[in-house]
Amino acid sequence: MRTRTLIGLATLALCTGAQAQKSTADGIAEYRKMLEDGNPAELFEAKGEALWSQKRGPKNASLEKCDLGQGPGVVKGAFVTLPRYFPDTQRVQDLESRLVTCMATLQGFDAAEIAKTPFGRGEMANVTALATWIAASSRGMRFNLPQGNAAERESYEVGKRAFFYRGGTHDFSCASCHGEEGKRIRLQDLPNLTKNPGDGIGFAAWPAYRVSNGQMWSMQLRLNDCFRQQRFPYPGFGSEVTIALATYMGVNAKGAESIAPAIKR
Amino acid sequence: MKKLRLLAGGTLAAALLAGCATGPSPAEMDAKANQLIKSSFRDQGIAKTDRLAQDLGQSACSSDKAPDDATADKIMAEALFTVKWPAGGQFIGDWRTGERLAQDGRGMTWTDNSTDPKSNGGNCYNCHQIDKKEISYGTIGPSLWNYGKNRGITDPAAPATAPIVQYTWVKLWNSKAYSACSNMPRFGHKGLLDEQQLRDIMALLLDPKSPVNQ
Repeated sequence: MRTRTLIGLATLALCTGAQAQKSTADGIAEYRKMLEDGNPAELFEAKGEALWSQKRGPKNASLEKCDLGQGPGVVKGAFVTLPRYFPDTQRVQDLESRLVTCMATLQGFDAAEIAKTPFGRGEMANVTALATWIAASSRGMRFNLPQGNAAERESYEVGKRAFFYRGGTHDFSCASCHGEEGKRIRLQDLPNLTKNPGDGIGFAAWPAYRVSNGQMWSMQLRLNDCFRQQRFPYPGFGSEVTIALATYMGVNAKGAESIAPAIKR
Repeated sequence: MKKLRLLAGGTLAAALLAGCATGPSPAEMDAKANQLIKSSFRDQGIAKTDRLAQDLGQSACSSDKAPDDATADKIMAEALFTVKWPAGGQFIGDWRTGERLAQDGRGMTWTDNSTDPKSNGGNCYNCHQIDKKEISYGTIGPSLWNYGKNRGITDPAAPATAPIVQYTWVKLWNSKAYSACSNMPRFGHKGLLDEQQLRDIMALLLDPKSPVNQ
């Protein structure tokens, strides 16, 4: 009995190996398909939806008047047009930094305090849940970031330069891994983030639930961990470089259908 | 008269064009982006903000365009000059340790504790096929399967093989010596791996007994 199990396991390992080499992408796509039926991101969506209308913070207010770029309270369609310029803060903001602005102005939370909170903890976990729900509300819509404002065009240009900026102990830039088609690290396929369809896969999928560590990852955390692996120092939450990179990838993703919140390895 | 009007029209068009170009020039944009990039990061553990300071090999390779030939030549010449040869002319270590290092992708992130090369891996399989038995390999770099065998190495200590052995050492020490904007980290130059670790990776690639050359 035990022998049979062992042989079975060995066969499985061999098959997985052969299959992995033949078509990693197909295997992963199949695996994602299986997982899609029960993407745990749904739990975070539900939490985010509840947080949006809940009266919270020092001002005991909800976020229902938060302007995500489509007018106060409009959630559907906001995700596929962010980052964008906001006249009230005079900044280009991504979804997460905009949510923190709303939590500060409407609910009275301390924005700097939230930005300092580690991912997955306290109010930062709430920002991620809210971002997950807001992203889900634009599922199936196509990316179309505005570039009409000078600050938005500048954000794109800064993002492009940040994307190619080489530094650190290993001389890596984002482009070292994401500047060409058809490359991979180990068995992980790398989307080319300088254009579509790469950005439709790499950018338009976050926030995403990560099976490997059982966490919900926002775009800010995704970029943060890319920089960690690049051996760069630590990027601030909502910092210029992270928002500019999101603008660069978001504009490059124009026309791509949003599948966020996705499920990832 | 007609000529004058044309001239005036041309001046007007130029003025309009200049008016349209309200944004900063590419050079101003470069400076602004550099400043914004630097101010976006902070120290965390061993990963300090001084890692953002670029040498020529990094700054000249930080766009979607390759540097001009003169700059590329300068980067390569300077890189070659940095190479330190191994003590005692001993280039080849133990391929078993080399394989372990090639598998190990750790080191130098802000979640690592030490910048000592002893705590770093070589990251090789992340980007290269090496021993064919390992099916989980990356494709950013070329396959290194049969690296020594394909180059006719039967004895890495033989004088005839010196050019290839030395080439490989330089490539590992400072990849920019042969390709100004190489994607490969400069393992020796940046202190990522020490001399003995480099010898072990050399053995993995060049030792006729290494599984890579079977």
